[in-house]
Amino acid sequence: MTPSIPQPRIVTLAYTGYVIAFFVFLALPLVVVAVFAFNDSQFPSLPWEGFTWNWFFGSERPMIGVFHERSILRAIGTSAFVAVLVSILSVAVGLSNAFLFNRYRFRGQEILYIFMLLPLVIPGIVLGISILVFSSRIANGMWDLAQWDIEALRPGLTLVVLGQFSFIATISTLVIAARLQKFDRTLEEAAMNLGANRITAVRTITLPYLGPAMIGAFVVAFLMSFENFNTTLMLVGSDAPLTIAMFDRLKEGSTPLLNAVSLLLMLGSSCLALVMIAFQRKG
Amino acid sequence: MRAEAKLGLILLLTPLLLWLSLLILIPHVDMFLVSLRERIGVGEYRISFANYLTFINEPLYLRTFIRTAVMSTLATMITLLIAFPVSYYIAKIARGRVQSALFLLCLVPFWVSELVRTFGWMILLRETGLISNLLQWAGLVDGPVEMLYNDAAIMVGLVYTSMLFMVVPLVTTLESLPDEVIEAGYDLGGGGGAVMREIVIPHAAPGIVSGCIVVFMLSLGNYLTPIMLGGKDSLWFTELIYSQFIVRFNWELGAAFGFLLLGLSSAIVWGMLKLTGQSLEKTMG
Repeated sequence: MTPSIPQPRIVTLAYTGYVIAFFVFLALPLVVVAVFAFNDSQFPSLPWEGFTWNWFFGSERPMIGVFHERSILRAIGTSAFVAVLVSILSVAVGLSNAFLFNRYRFRGQEILYIFMLLPLVIPGIVLGISILVFSSRIANGMWDLAQWDIEALRPGLTLVVLGQFSFIATISTLVIAARLQKFDRTLEEAAMNLGANRITAVRTITLPYLGPAMIGAFVVAFLMSFENFNTTLMLVGSDAPLTIAMFDRLKEGSTPLLNAVSLLLMLGSSCLALVMIAFQRKG
Repeated sequence: MRAEAKLGLILLLTPLLLWLSLLILIPHVDMFLVSLRERIGVGEYRISFANYLTFINEPLYLRTFIRTAVMSTLATMITLLIAFPVSYYIAKIARGRVQSALFLLCLVPFWVSELVRTFGWMILLRETGLISNLLQWAGLVDGPVEMLYNDAAIMVGLVYTSMLFMVVPLVTTLESLPDEVIEAGYDLGGGGGAVMREIVIPHAAPGIVSGCIVVFMLSLGNYLTPIMLGGKDSLWFTELIYSQFIVRFNWELGAAFGFLLLGLSSAIVWGMLKLTGQSLEKTMG
């Protein structure tokens, strides 16, 4: 079926109807979460008790808004901190990997490339427990050997960062490598003919060309880290990132406070996504 | 190789090797070793398959494992069936701005945390939720209906969560199929069904495979959706892993479970690639 091939009207109508129904299905849960953030009630459900901003700005019990809820604000800070670290690490390693696979030919390269893709097909929870098991073994070994207690190897933010990095690095590598693939290497050679050495040529020609891909990889890494749940769940210590903090609250029962946090998250990630699209257009 | 190039190669190889060995390879080998340990006393272990035997002999574990695999397969098939017509519409029927707008709309739920998506379904499906109220208002049911905490709710959540990972590869492969090829199929006398079977689906095969692999893997490894939307009886295998590790502190059994989950997902991914003659580099890279 293509637009150039006439179809009975009823078929076209039914098909369009199906596609509309699909998008309603996609939008429904998000719209519902957003709308109930403004419900003047203790529960994010019907009946509708009227419109309020209290779940954002309220400062008195029983309606403490997001901006006055210390634990949620701290969790947002923790998540942002983790996400920035993961993104920086992932982009740096991704950049290095992209150059490695694009510019060099060496024995075992293909196997290494396949191996590099594997983190994408390992369930997140398994990545989490394997890192947990290994780091505890090192920590215990260090304690037995020299009575060193290495806090960083116990469940906590260091492990969360490493765990998230272990699979997000693959994604940033793919994003950056895809753009490097399209780069015209004669530009670099021209720079070197004009007297630049290899490092200068890469720094002034290739890296600026890769800029949009690096920003794209950074944003994707940031969002994936911010939203990650499975790997984080297994490695988290006492400082809970936002998804874990929200999960703990959700288990105890929810108030529209969670809707308000969710709405802010949606707005935040849409803004980031728009920034990324804008950069991609320019690039 | 010149000395400078060799130095560059070593410098670029170092981060990759450190990452893959310290965070992927060695931890998984270590997890496997731990799963082979049997505790025989305080701080005393011996190598055995005891943990794997426990898994086989305890009906709850085995049943949960099979249930998780079957439901993930089902979720993958439902996602494919729902996503295919939509992807075809975006790739082949919609044009210009509408096309890119629809494609972007498909991506939106992905930018929102899985927790928020699941929370949305809880608000919709629960007893005091929107759909229950809607049904009562329409006079279709007499009292509140609980639609949460059962397998159907898990299925809805899984399909919703993984939709994007099916739509994107499908749209990409379908877009690369020229309209003329489809038209030629009709010109040569094929009906809608024949064109779909002989031309469109074979062309979209790489997209179907990579979509199915990712969706299956995400469903299998999902923890949030089954625990929030499922009931007391709808255990998921990841819940067993979590409870062995965090609640019971039986890492040996937990590691064995983790390895079984990894084995199952690798076997299915490998099987699908072999069955369709695709390679991991092509479908993922």
